[in-house]
Amino acid sequence: MADDKSIAQAYWKANLRLIAGCLVVWALSSYGFGILLRPWLSGIQVGGADLGFWFAQQGSILTFIALIFFYAWKMNQLDKRFGVNEE
Amino acid sequence: MSQFAINLIFVGASFALYIGIAIWARAGSTRDFYVAGGGVHPVMNGMATAADWMSAASFISMAGLIAAGGYANSTFLMGWTGGYVLLAMLLAPYLRKFGKFTVPDFIGDRFYSSGARLVAVACLIIASVTYVIGQMTGAGVAFSRFLEVDSNTGLMIAAVVVFLYAVMGGMKGITYTQVAQYVVLIIAYTIPAVFISLQLTGNPIPGLGLFSEHTESGMPLLAKLDQVVNELGFRDYTADVPNKLNMVLFTLSLMIGTAGLPHVIIRFFTVPKVADARWSAGWALVFIALLYLTAPAVASMARLNLLTTIYPDGPTADAIKYEERPDWIQTWEQTGLIQFEDKNNDGRIQLYNDSPEFAETATQRGWNGNELNVNNDILVLANPEIANLPAWVVGLIAAGGLAAALSTAAGLLLAISSAISHDLIKGSINPKISERGELRAARISMAVAIVVATYLGMNPPGFAAQVVALAFGIAGASIFPVLMMGIFSTRVNNKGAIAGMLAGLLSTVIYIFVYLGWLFIPGTNNLANTPDNWLMGISPLSFGAVGAVINFAVAFAVSAMTEKPPQEIQELVESVRYPRGAGIATGH
Repeated sequence: MADDKSIAQAYWKANLRLIAGCLVVWALSSYGFGILLRPWLSGIQVGGADLGFWFAQQGSILTFIALIFFYAWKMNQLDKRFGVNEE
Repeated sequence: MSQFAINLIFVGASFALYIGIAIWARAGSTRDFYVAGGGVHPVMNGMATAADWMSAASFISMAGLIAAGGYANSTFLMGWTGGYVLLAMLLAPYLRKFGKFTVPDFIGDRFYSSGARLVAVACLIIASVTYVIGQMTGAGVAFSRFLEVDSNTGLMIAAVVVFLYAVMGGMKGITYTQVAQYVVLIIAYTIPAVFISLQLTGNPIPGLGLFSEHTESGMPLLAKLDQVVNELGFRDYTADVPNKLNMVLFTLSLMIGTAGLPHVIIRFFTVPKVADARWSAGWALVFIALLYLTAPAVASMARLNLLTTIYPDGPTADAIKYEERPDWIQTWEQTGLIQFEDKNNDGRIQLYNDSPEFAETATQRGWNGNELNVNNDILVLANPEIANLPAWVVGLIAAGGLAAALSTAAGLLLAISSAISHDLIKGSINPKISERGELRAARISMAVAIVVATYLGMNPPGFAAQVVALAFGIAGASIFPVLMMGIFSTRVNNKGAIAGMLAGLLSTVIYIFVYLGWLFIPGTNNLANTPDNWLMGISPLSFGAVGAVINFAVAFAVSAMTEKPPQEIQELVESVRYPRGAGIATGH
């Protein structure tokens, strides 16, 4: 538990903002490009199929990995900045 | 040496390895049994999580379903990876900070109610047992093939092996054996895929080969595949799906199910620090992705190879004669998972889509119905044989398939047994039970779970990956929402959580049973499981996402109408949000 209540709240807000940003990218790469927006991306060819197909079968997975590592890295910075990191 | 002997050597050697590790790391205390002493490195933990995660559904069944469904079944790929993003950001670090052994522990404490804990235990057991049915189905297919027996005998053998294996180790044994299993299964999955990708496209990386040129025809591989399936009356492999709502909900169900399945969450209790829980989720996904980026390539290449085998001179020329069928078709016929019936008595094997649209073309060609039924669950295991790869590759894939099925079944049985012995007996019925008594109760509940799963696995409500998807829907509808609300809301109280879990669980389970049979017993369904009967085109596999929405809505509504949680609970919620002060996981 952080010592100061306002610091703790600021930390939690910063975390929520980061999560929201990451989840937008998460949804866009899978539900967006992979499913719902696929008809709009059909003009972009990727080796015998289209960009939407690639996102559904591979692109979304690569995006997910990048997102988790980005989040873990950012959170480590936040933990230190707000002084709530583990000893 | 015969193929049978080679299979035995590969499977035997891999088993000896796992059992050796299990004995070496045999669990002593209950702490070891559940969370491996709390000291597992994030990369190791990620690898073990990946093995635990990638089950018969991922290894044996998924590529076969993608091969059959094409783009539409990309849902499995996105759904079973995207959940890790939710896990890393919404659940894992906070549950690690909370620092208890099990998911019902968290729910019981956060919602200050043994009722909530009991409901959570029930949700967990229903989801996990459904999941084990899928594993037993897959393990049964693998055993029946490599021992060359029929599929029910294979299932029985699988049950005995899984039991012996899960009872011996506990979590500590399982963490290290699962690292070994990960290595076996990823090698077994990748090597045949590399060979096949080289044969078809000249590209040694299957994931890239998928989007490369098909060497023989000079066309892109996927364009070639579209052309071949089209000429046999199937939908284009890359065709878009008309029902996007169902596709979105199915993907979402798999994702929230990933984040709500106790045997995966429990993994994040085994890392030393909160920060490690975040990294662990990332590493787990890296190791999972190695298989998941290859799987779509395996799917499309296997489909193309299968059709080329049946139509060696192209789909517009004659099919092969039944007498001249390759050996792999003969061996799989023994298991009953490939069936041939010469409907037009021409001695040839016609494999095509029996649809009304294609009926005219089929009649012109003198065809009288599709003659070859290939069970989707065999495709990955048969893949090396279809591509004429050497016998050792076939042995390798048998070992890999079993590694996948066993590791997950063991992890799930552990989650079931700890729910019963730790949460139910120690937490509610008999708090004074001794450590020995607790371990014994854990082992008995494992045995019961295996018997139930094996019985239902004989007539599974779908292919392995589909049964597993049902388990995800159930977990996603019942457990994921309350975990999330427990962390992100200080307002949701005990009554809200209980009502939410029950509403999510019951709506999903009832929707599934109406179409797939009550308790999955064949013939007891009320409506035929076809898209016309589904509510708004939502399949039973996709309903978990709807159940989760119901869960959230009910929990918030009931909480708003009743009192706030006590002050100390609100403080508890605040405290799990900050990493500082996380000890190692404990039981009390």
